[in-house]
Amino acid sequence: MTTTPISLSVAQSPRRGLQTSLPPLAAALLLAALPAFMSSYGADLALRIMVYAIFALSLELLVGATGLVSLGHAGFFGIAAYVTVLASGDNAAPVLWLLPASMLAAGLYALAVGALSLRTRGVYFIMVTLAFAQMAYFVFHDTPVGGGSDGIFLTSRPVLAIGGATLLDLEKSGHMYYMALACLAATYALLAMVLRSRFGHALAGIRANEQRMRAAGYQTYYYKLAAFVLAAMLAGVAGFLMAAKNGAVNPELLSWHESGGVLMMIILGGLGSLRGAVLGAAAFVLLKEFYASAAIFGAFAERWQLTLGLTMILFVALMPQGLIGLARRFRRSPEAHHAH
Amino acid sequence: MDLPTFLVQCLNAIQYGLLLFLVASGLTLIFGIMGVINLAHGSFYMIGAYMAFALAPLFGGQFILQLLAGVALAAILGFVLEWVFFSYLYQRDHLQQVLMTYALILVFEEVRSILFGNDVHGVTAPPWLSGGFSLGGLMTYPVYNLFASFACILVAIGLYFVVNRTRLGMMIRAGASNRDMVRGLGINIRLLYRVVFAAGVALAALAGMIAAPAASVYPGMGGQILIICFVVVVIGGIGSISGALIASLLVGFVDTFGKVFFAQYSGISVYVLMALILIWRPEGLKSKGY
Amino acid sequence: MRTDARHGQPLLQAGALTRRFGGLTAVRDVSIDLHVGELHAVIGTNGAGKSTLINMLSGEIAASGGVLKLDGIDATAWPQPKRSRAGIGRSYQRTTIFPQFSVLENCRLAAQAALQRPWRLWQPARDCAHSVATAREVLEVAGLAGFAERPAGSMSHGQKRQLEIAMCLATRPRVLLLDEPLAGMGAEESERMLSLLERLKRDHAILLVEHDMDAVFRVADRITVMVNGEVIASDTPGNIRANPDVLVAYLGDAHEP
Repeated sequence: MTTTPISLSVAQSPRRGLQTSLPPLAAALLLAALPAFMSSYGADLALRIMVYAIFALSLELLVGATGLVSLGHAGFFGIAAYVTVLASGDNAAPVLWLLPASMLAAGLYALAVGALSLRTRGVYFIMVTLAFAQMAYFVFHDTPVGGGSDGIFLTSRPVLAIGGATLLDLEKSGHMYYMALACLAATYALLAMVLRSRFGHALAGIRANEQRMRAAGYQTYYYKLAAFVLAAMLAGVAGFLMAAKNGAVNPELLSWHESGGVLMMIILGGLGSLRGAVLGAAAFVLLKEFYASAAIFGAFAERWQLTLGLTMILFVALMPQGLIGLARRFRRSPEAHHAH
Repeated sequence: MDLPTFLVQCLNAIQYGLLLFLVASGLTLIFGIMGVINLAHGSFYMIGAYMAFALAPLFGGQFILQLLAGVALAAILGFVLEWVFFSYLYQRDHLQQVLMTYALILVFEEVRSILFGNDVHGVTAPPWLSGGFSLGGLMTYPVYNLFASFACILVAIGLYFVVNRTRLGMMIRAGASNRDMVRGLGINIRLLYRVVFAAGVALAALAGMIAAPAASVYPGMGGQILIICFVVVVIGGIGSISGALIASLLVGFVDTFGKVFFAQYSGISVYVLMALILIWRPEGLKSKGY
Repeated sequence: MRTDARHGQPLLQAGALTRRFGGLTAVRDVSIDLHVGELHAVIGTNGAGKSTLINMLSGEIAASGGVLKLDGIDATAWPQPKRSRAGIGRSYQRTTIFPQFSVLENCRLAAQAALQRPWRLWQPARDCAHSVATAREVLEVAGLAGFAERPAGSMSHGQKRQLEIAMCLATRPRVLLLDEPLAGMGAEESERMLSLLERLKRDHAILLVEHDMDAVFRVADRITVMVNGEVIASDTPGNIRANPDVLVAYLGDAHEP
């Protein structure tokens, strides 16, 4: 049994295209309206989900679309978060260069790490990506670059200012929320476009049968490296948002628990689907909240790792196609194959 | 660096390397024979260490007996685990194996937390192994650490003997090169897998038990050693025990002397070594081609 | 056409190709020339080294020794993608189509390799005029035009073998290395494949590895016989049939000259 993706590239008619865009649009509108009728706890939860959704989407490009199982994706997430804090200084730094800077930092590390890791395959690749993320972890944990195991605090949160006018102040929770929503929408749209493009189709071919793609004339190493770097930069967006949201960073953002978690998210949602990645992030965060809730589980809420672990084992064993796969089985449409 | 200090560091490097070898050999055996990547392998090391902590009061000073009991318990645990959990992973792809074994780590961590709490524990070495060994000047080296290295060497020799000179070893080596062939030859592959898995768990747990008096027993120890073992396996090549030995010792030396010379940056020295090997020989030093 | 006429310089020239796997020499000193307008068949028993030879010609594995020239240029060190883009195409013995994609997408993806333009992220792949046109063209040639939108995995074995050839053609190769294209095909499908090969022969240099002797003797202009990794004969079909070494080593006395 394999975790084959449930979505694959088949030509779509434009009318069908609109049909498939509807649910994500609806979800975006729902998210936009959420703060109006939810408590601050609910809005904060939704914010956390959105940040992790971006993180999950970035990994989906790597694992779901290209077939590269990386166990070190949190490394890029954490690097961007740290760069956000380190480059911020004492005054509110402009989002316009801080966000690209943190994405670039993540991308550069990915370029170096990817160039080496992609010389390996299969299980070696999984181990090597984990090792390189751990390396970054130690840099922030042990060396003077980071603030040690406690991490660093963000003195003042970034702002989006054009001219003299401050349009967005991420200190305000409302602005933070909509910034995250905008980033999520942009990331989703970008990935949808990429997966439909020639590049995206080539990645799908590499995932299906890399040897065949090489036989056709593709230099697959460079395609994989490009996907690796792009995925890292998108994880960097999530990292930036996480740092801005929490106002602090710590080395655990790069830990392999974080990498394992995001991997679980995309399986939970359903591999090979952008919607699945978002859904999986939501489901994972909510599940964790649920299991850790003292109100429901009492003292056993402390043991949420146990319940979460058991849940994941059962889930992967019984429902490897994820939540999206479940939904598809109910709809049972034979031509609903798309990476949307 | 003067000679006694250098000697001490060399002994440290060898000790660390040999312990790593014990854990890594189990990992590489399990992957080489059964094709399962097991993230929870580090947890077995942790289980061994906590077992040493739990068994110490029961066995008094009977250290060797305690070790043997621990190994037996670990082997039984491995046998049962393979039966109820891991045997279902063989047909699944790497991603599913990663996720399920990662979830298993969470379960193990929580169970450990329930049984032993989250504090750091210490295990004292038995009296006949405590004390120091003079190395000239003012330097002494703990007797226990020498014992640890000695025990690991014994196990390594035993492993070599079993893998290269017994029928079981022959089946193991055959299974590593060609799983289907071994099945086709009518060898009870299920039993073979179960035995190999139990052996892998026992090796990791033994390493944990031996390490416990020398290092401390703490919650994150499983994860830490797992990642280093991954580096060892990448450097040495999957499925190769001799590769794992060379790589373990290499990692031991780089890590130990890295700590001496680079202090704060020592944590990354092992990964730099891995990066260099990837540039030079991405398939590992002695890979069997996985 | 079974004349001895050669059309000028060979398009693909392999000289003294050798491949060792540890102690085993799978292919030893094999030289072969492929000319446009000619179908050169390679026959031999199982284990004769035919697959290894094709893998070396296509670039999937490196040769331990020998030289490969494409259009007079030394291509020995070229990796497979480079050889493919230079015009060496191959089909596989075990069908390697993409079963999850549509038939059209299979060919389109292969055709895209010639003009990749991966940086054009805003343009959907299905709007790529070049690759779609090429794909439709090769599907027409392979006789699969009616199946364009079907998932490739849902077709019959024979149709999948046709798709295999179509994908090979989609990269617009000048040299075709075909590894047992007739494998597992029925009589009617084989007939279709053979007429396709005869048509393709006109503008391509074809290397055909096959076990079906009737098919080989029907379409081949030249036959090379391999035994145990070495060439024991290379000649026109008529001469091969009469060659005593070949009869002894391979054809057996059941086959009458």
